[in-house]
Amino acid sequence: MAKLTLRERFKQGAAGSGDSLRGSKFASSIFRPGSPFRKGYSDSPRNRSYVVMNNVLYHLHPVKVKRHGVRLSYTLCLGGMSFFLFIVLTITGIWLMFYFRPTEMAYADIQALQTSVAFGSLVRNMHRWGAHLMVLVVFLHMSRVFYHGAYKAPREFNWVIGVILLFLTLFLSFTGYLLPWDQLAIWAVTVGGNMASYTPVFGAQIKFGLFAGLEATTATLLRFYVLHVLFFPFIIVIFMAIHFWRVRKDGGISGPL
Amino acid sequence: MVDIPEHLLLRSAEARAKALGISVEQALAEMKGESNPTVVAEEPEVVEIAIPEPVEAEAPAPVETPAAEETPAPAKEEAPAPAKAETPAPAKEEAPAPAKAETPAPAKAPAEAKTDTPEEVDFAPEVKVTQRLLTVVKAKPIQKASGEPVDKVNTWPHLMLPEFISLMAMMAFLILLSAILNAPLLEEANPNITPNPAKAPWYFLGLQEALSYWDPQIAGVMIPLVIGLIGFAAIPYIDRNPENHPSKRKYAIMMFTFFLAGAGTLTIIGVLFRGPGWNWTYPWIDGIWFDDLLDWIYFE
Ligand code: HEM
Repeated sequence: MAKLTLRERFKQGAAGSGDSLRGSKFASSIFRPGSPFRKGYSDSPRNRSYVVMNNVLYHLHPVKVKRHGVRLSYTLCLGGMSFFLFIVLTITGIWLMFYFRPTEMAYADIQALQTSVAFGSLVRNMHRWGAHLMVLVVFLHMSRVFYHGAYKAPREFNWVIGVILLFLTLFLSFTGYLLPWDQLAIWAVTVGGNMASYTPVFGAQIKFGLFAGLEATTATLLRFYVLHVLFFPFIIVIFMAIHFWRVRKDGGISGPL
Repeated sequence: MVDIPEHLLLRSAEARAKALGISVEQALAEMKGESNPTVVAEEPEVVEIAIPEPVEAEAPAPVETPAAEETPAPAKEEAPAPAKAETPAPAKEEAPAPAKAETPAPAKAPAEAKTDTPEEVDFAPEVKVTQRLLTVVKAKPIQKASGEPVDKVNTWPHLMLPEFISLMAMMAFLILLSAILNAPLLEEANPNITPNPAKAPWYFLGLQEALSYWDPQIAGVMIPLVIGLIGFAAIPYIDRNPENHPSKRKYAIMMFTFFLAGAGTLTIIGVLFRGPGWNWTYPWIDGIWFDDLLDWIYFE
């Protein structure tokens, strides 16, 4: 076959090699009509719609979006980036859970992870820097939304959801901070807990509930661990689902300015 | 009657002109009622035959379909209708189908004595089309759409490809960063040894810095809770200005920028300029007192 340009290849979908496999009953049971992975995909307006509509993707994206909304210079993909980072953090985080016990062994586990587990350091680094990056990116996303006035009607409530997401992101990051169980972790969290204890009236109770005691102990570690790997991810996924759904229901991306 | 859009009118005028063999201007004038309609034949529906007598076997046969081969009757491509309409043709004669047709079969007309394929599907080879635009019914939607139509593109590929590329770029950045920069791990936690200074995670350091100025009751609660949660969430309900162009919401932008600048300054001070006892230091003189950055410093 003659050499194809990238564009021509795209127009043919993934067509070409592996046609017999991709045309099999098994493959077509996986890829619904319109999927670029199906045999005989061709680039047509109808198939472009099917790629989204006949797919689980339809839960995230509409078939068509405003032309100006796909310009990278408008959203800077910051919301999408927050979401991607969350996914990367989930994957690396689950991996880290294989090697980590939220007990007196926590510190030793992290050391062992770094020294004797293949790619242990890399994955831990990705999880940590990714978490910092996510806080930053969510914050930048919020700023971009503000500067575009994208919180105005009918998007007021999605901004409120967004603020909740920001706080959930901070809580996720903060609860994760304690887990390595080193001097940095325990004292940063102690400082944070002390700030919470300045809350009038309930201050002491809040700190006691958070720390499972008066100060950071392994009971605190367990508590933060459960909040970090289960509770906050669970809650944030729910709010993200509402957030994305509202983006669509509020008429897609705001603007243009 | 509804006003007919000009382009529709023109299109049907062209069709009419072609069918009747008159000029487009003439047809247009007729349709607008400015001149009398051209009267065509008495029977506009009649199928006119425009082929030579089938007996003349010598006539050229440009089309060679399997069926036509058996038939001595040659098929001939026909000229446009209006011209032929004048030529008197043998009555009831059937015309073989136009050039491309696979079935040179007779039309509705009963005469098929000369054709060998009477069972073939038939259609009128040449009908003098005379169409007239009576009215244009404006399409009315069942539902009333409230918004104006917007310029849209397909999500695939116009949105999903950039998303995918962003994802790849971010992954590349993260993996690269993680390959060259190690996450900090200090000595094991020891509740009896308090580091000095003890600092919160960086995103709380602006807050910690603020705490050092004010009464903790105020700073520790008012700032995160009131400003952070309630204040931030309430922004859309406070700012009722519907404009979203920056030039029309200068006040809101000014306030937010002040907030960002303030939070940023406090955070930077907290991270870089606070040493033991939360006293002021210069990172380039006393070093960085922020553990998360320690490994970074060791790199040099
Ligand atoms: C975990 C955190 C978050 C995720 C994953 C997320 C995700 C997204 C995504 C994917 C979009 C689509 C447009 C874009 O990419 O910019 C979006 C839009 C939006 N987000 Fe977020 N977001 C988060 C946090 C926030 C925060 C903190 C706020 C504000 C306080 C916020 C307010 C909004 C608003 C108002 C829109 C609509 C913007 C428009 O129509 O132009 N989000 N978000």
